[in-house]
Amino acid sequence: MQIIFIIVSAVTLLSGIMVVTNRNLFHAALYMMLSFLGVAGLYVLLDAGFMAAAQLLVYIGAISILVIFAIMMTRRLMQTTETPYNSQWVWSGIASVSVFALIVLVITQVTAVLPTDPNAFMAPSAINDAVLYDALSNMVISLGESFVSAEQYVLPFILSSVLLLVALVGAIIVARPDVEENES
Amino acid sequence: MIEAVSQIPLSWFLIVAAALFSIGLYGVLARRNAVAMLMSVELMLNAVNINLIAFWRYIDPLQPTGVAWAIFVLTVAAAEAAVGLALIISIYRQRDSVIAEELDVLKY
Amino acid sequence: MSETTLTALTWLIPAGPLLAFFLILLFLKRNHTASFITAWTGIGVALVFSWIVAGHMLGIYWQDYQNKTDVLEAHPAVIESSIAWLPIGDYYADAPHMLAGEAEAVGHVSTAVPQYNGQWLSMGVVVDPLNTLMLIMVPFTVLMIFIYSVGYHNYGQPLGTKLGTPNHGKEEPLFGRFFAMMSLFAAGMLILVVADNLLLFFIGWEIMGFCSYSLIGFWYARTYDDPNKIPPRYASIKAFMTTRVADVVMLLGIVYYYRVFGTLNFSQTMNGEALLRAAESPAVGLVGLAIITLLLFTGTDGKSAQWPLHVWLPDAMEGPTPVSAVIHAAAMVSAGIFLLLRIFPLIAVSIHSNPTVGIIIGGIGAFTALMAATMALTQSDVKGVLAFSTISQLGFMVAALGVGGFIAATFHLLTHAFFKALLFMGSGSIIHGMEHGAEHVHDHHTDPQNMFNMGGLRQKMPITFITFVIGGFALAGFPFITAGFWSKDEIFVEAFAAGTEGNFMGWVVFITLVLAAFMTAFYTMRQIALTFLGEPRTPLAEHAHESNGFITLPLILLSIPAIAAGFVGIPSNFLGTEYKSVFVNHFHDFAGAIYYEPLAVLLEAGLVSKGITTPDWSWVPISASLIVALGGLFLGWLVYGRQPLKAGEPDPLLRTLGEPLYNFLLNRWYWDSLYDRVLIRPTVFVSEVVVPQIMDKGIIDGLLHLTVRITFAIGGAMAAFERAVFGDGIDWLKDRFLDLAREFRTFQSGKIQEYALLSTVLAWIFAAFILIINFVL
Repeated sequence: MQIIFIIVSAVTLLSGIMVVTNRNLFHAALYMMLSFLGVAGLYVLLDAGFMAAAQLLVYIGAISILVIFAIMMTRRLMQTTETPYNSQWVWSGIASVSVFALIVLVITQVTAVLPTDPNAFMAPSAINDAVLYDALSNMVISLGESFVSAEQYVLPFILSSVLLLVALVGAIIVARPDVEENES
Repeated sequence: MIEAVSQIPLSWFLIVAAALFSIGLYGVLARRNAVAMLMSVELMLNAVNINLIAFWRYIDPLQPTGVAWAIFVLTVAAAEAAVGLALIISIYRQRDSVIAEELDVLKY
Repeated sequence: MSETTLTALTWLIPAGPLLAFFLILLFLKRNHTASFITAWTGIGVALVFSWIVAGHMLGIYWQDYQNKTDVLEAHPAVIESSIAWLPIGDYYADAPHMLAGEAEAVGHVSTAVPQYNGQWLSMGVVVDPLNTLMLIMVPFTVLMIFIYSVGYHNYGQPLGTKLGTPNHGKEEPLFGRFFAMMSLFAAGMLILVVADNLLLFFIGWEIMGFCSYSLIGFWYARTYDDPNKIPPRYASIKAFMTTRVADVVMLLGIVYYYRVFGTLNFSQTMNGEALLRAAESPAVGLVGLAIITLLLFTGTDGKSAQWPLHVWLPDAMEGPTPVSAVIHAAAMVSAGIFLLLRIFPLIAVSIHSNPTVGIIIGGIGAFTALMAATMALTQSDVKGVLAFSTISQLGFMVAALGVGGFIAATFHLLTHAFFKALLFMGSGSIIHGMEHGAEHVHDHHTDPQNMFNMGGLRQKMPITFITFVIGGFALAGFPFITAGFWSKDEIFVEAFAAGTEGNFMGWVVFITLVLAAFMTAFYTMRQIALTFLGEPRTPLAEHAHESNGFITLPLILLSIPAIAAGFVGIPSNFLGTEYKSVFVNHFHDFAGAIYYEPLAVLLEAGLVSKGITTPDWSWVPISASLIVALGGLFLGWLVYGRQPLKAGEPDPLLRTLGEPLYNFLLNRWYWDSLYDRVLIRPTVFVSEVVVPQIMDKGIIDGLLHLTVRITFAIGGAMAAFERAVFGDGIDWLKDRFLDLAREFRTFQSGKIQEYALLSTVLAWIFAAFILIINFVL
């Protein structure tokens, strides 16, 4: 299992690195899809099958395609020979590495402070296996019910659908070729 | 699959997520092309989702809270990608450029 | 009226303007009549709802007062309603065992949704004594401004054709957009006022930030021939960017606040127990509370334009005058002070336990009050004077809070909103009249906003004159009959009391504010005399005439509270009379009730220095108040009123102060150029020039260059500083600096990724800081 985890994470991270370093934007987009696939693999390892499916559909199926469209529409300008970076790339690298170091520090601190017993961060083994199995296999049902339950997520759910609608209408208006009307 | 989680410590997932986040951050800060910046933002959002799902699985797997949050992040990411790409295309039409450095009309 | 109805009304207060915004923007913006009527209706409905709710609160107070209950000690009436809308999960260590036991009973295949078990994010509204006062003031002032805007944009005149620039004497073509944005602005302010938690508060705060950006830049196409004058487009960016810096820090404060209290709800955090618990917990302690205070105060510093982030406000005058009125009186700048009032118990604890916090808040307030007052002395732009006086008056409030004067600051916030809105709209009316004169004589080169081009407008614009004098005298604190006198006096009393109780900052604040108040009276008289008295100095003023009813009606209505609002806050022991025998300070009792109990609890625990009390009567503050108000007005009259300026005559102050000092004040103490030269240019220089040089030419060569250039940069900065401070002391260093500037003329970049990098670095530093506090200390 650990080996699977290491392989999946390595794929995710390496293709992530390719996304930000590749000169050819189209290749970068393909690597991005691979990275998303790796993330979906991590979800499978975390027993979140529904999330993995959603990841495949939304990220790989929809967002990546949008990105590739955008790359093709703006392709003319991107010569693959010129540098993909701006003038502050060194500082950006330093900043990113420091952020990473800081987060890792927090993770080690938190894991050092929190667990009073070794199971605290391995909580699943402390739960009755049957209950856990039950909860995980019915996760999609309880998730769906929680989205429409007035006790739980109904308000954020409606709000996010409104957000999506507004964003899509807005995107169409913004990307429309010519605004023929002016306000007077 | 339950045994998968019991063999891998939570911190591993968190560190992978942190690494993906930092890679995305680097892309946002350093890439010249605005589309590439947007792709890096998507990587960062994915890193956040890994965190959410990992915490959900290890700490509170009996309630769908973490997954629900991840779905919301996914929704916002889709909206963000749509609007962001629309803006990039619109800017490209007007200024013939998608290089973030050249888009400095906010200059004071 | 039932509790449910009141709750519903409270929820609906921001809905009117918000709905108006969408209606106008989506359907009505082409129809100017429908636009402004929708906007009026939106804010009108909000006004009715607010006043019903506020009336209920005041009714409860009045009943208590009639029944001789000690109103202060009685628990304040509160209308509260909130919905838990977003489950955010929970970490529960004991739960697994419990759930494992339950599972046996439920059976293996269960599809029932388990009851959600964890924490919620809540959003809600609240009406308490503090925001009741805002609910009385904000919708009324905003409605007046809305009425005024119709006249200001020449409704009914032939349609203008120029988009994005002023159309003198013609109807504004973007009329609908203006009212849409103003409605959204009002909605943001009302959300902020009724919010029961810091997050909703921040949402309203940011809506206003965006609206101020789009409204200051309303005349986006306007340009000036004079390169030193900032056009509206840049002014809006400057306002947005400056407040943004503060907002990022404030957001960190909100995060820390949540971390410490576990909720962002005001009434659950700003009470005695929660603060005691936080102060006594080892993870937070008094230092943690002080840090939260300072982080949130930074937000106020930007929004309420306190030094060193005051630079955006004077330039924000580039927006249309109603925008200035709404930003500088009713809404945006008040929001900053309102935040401090909301978290006052926290501030009280911090300034008591940590003198540094008191020195920072009180010191910044007092310094800003004095600095802005000196700047206002020499301005020639009629709106410019008001802009600086706003900064100065906000400094009064911040300084009052820095010495623990909660009631005084609240009172001044309220009265200032009324008279400053009145003054801004009066100045807009003057400019309108002058522009009419400019149309009449076909003169488009004389600046219609310059006070030295005015004079003699008293006969031409009588209503504007009378209302402006009322507003001006309230600003100056004319004794006994104006609202400004009572509120300013209250601040003096609080500062003086703090001083006599041994708080060093009390004396500093008292003396500084007395000086600032003297200047306030002087520049107010100067403004009135230059504008209205004497003979017209230009043909523009000659042909100016009174504005139409849309403009004069709000002026008349606003001059009522500019006088009357003060009488509710006469100190209970005024003139040494026995407490509450002759005068009753209703304002004190009503507003003070909100924090009476929390402060009493904290006082018992020794965490604050005083509760809500009436300071002992002393003749010193009232004498100071009388002397500076009357003395300043009289001196102003001596210099400017007795013998009004003739056309072409220079400002008498120029001779008195001497040219260097006059220019120093006129150019706003050179803060802008100082920031540009000391902060912005070297930063960009380092990020754009030094770094690529290292990369291109190799490390050693680059390092050499770096050393040389940093030396030059420091030299240049010093030269700039020197020139800024000592007038035109041009010397060798400055020449070197100019050479450098010519070589690398890349200034503030506007590049998004640089801003992103800067934010990353800042966030990293703060995160590391908080980590150190949490894990190391």
